[in-house]
Amino acid sequence: MKTHKPKKVFIDGAISSEFIANAIAKHQSKTSIGAHNIFLGQVRADNIDGKIVSAIEYTAYEEMANDKFHEIREAAFEKFDLTCMHIYHSLGIVKTGEICLFVFVSAPRRKVVFKAIEFLVEEIKAKAPIFGKEIFEDETHQWKVNS
Amino acid sequence: MIKVKYFGMLTEITHCSEEQLAFSGTTVEELLKVIVTKHPGLKSLNFQVAQNNDIVDLTAKVNADLIALLPPFAGG
Repeated sequence: MKTHKPKKVFIDGAISSEFIANAIAKHQSKTSIGAHNIFLGQVRADNIDGKIVSAIEYTAYEEMANDKFHEIREAAFEKFDLTCMHIYHSLGIVKTGEICLFVFVSAPRRKVVFKAIEFLVEEIKAKAPIFGKEIFEDETHQWKVNS
Repeated sequence: MIKVKYFGMLTEITHCSEEQLAFSGTTVEELLKVIVTKHPGLKSLNFQVAQNNDIVDLTAKVNADLIALLPPFAGG
């Protein structure tokens, strides 16, 4: 099994569109790639009993999360014929409409990138110890739970 | 002594993100009894226990000097 170096996943605050654009541009030199796929998680303004979510504050058990991200990456490289893979997740406050998760996979051919992206997102949601405090417009809060 | 870390909604009950607890038992279940005795509010909350960066069940032996209590995940 190939092993890859653990990579930095956590980003302070929202993931900007410039950051995402730069990540795409950096792959122009990797000419064995024929297909990219991207998943972007965006903070939704949920309406809960008449109160609107205005932001999510993310925290994590970072040491364990970094371990889990590494395991998830290795499992995806093992399962799918990928050229490269990038995962970024926000910590701290991310406002509604902003991006909190950016998953980016690249491969020589298209079919695997669709499967790989779904695998990665589902694994991240199920296994990464990340916690989200949904902050309402009136500054009260509740804790988000992945469904 | 064992170090216990708390995350997310659990910290609203414990009022701290980590603490040292006296523990002389063997299993995760025994450790949880000590923790819940100190923080009865945790009883009504849903959480998992992690040891050495992996989720463990109640019957697992405590073999690390750090245990983490993790509420439901909300990544992505």
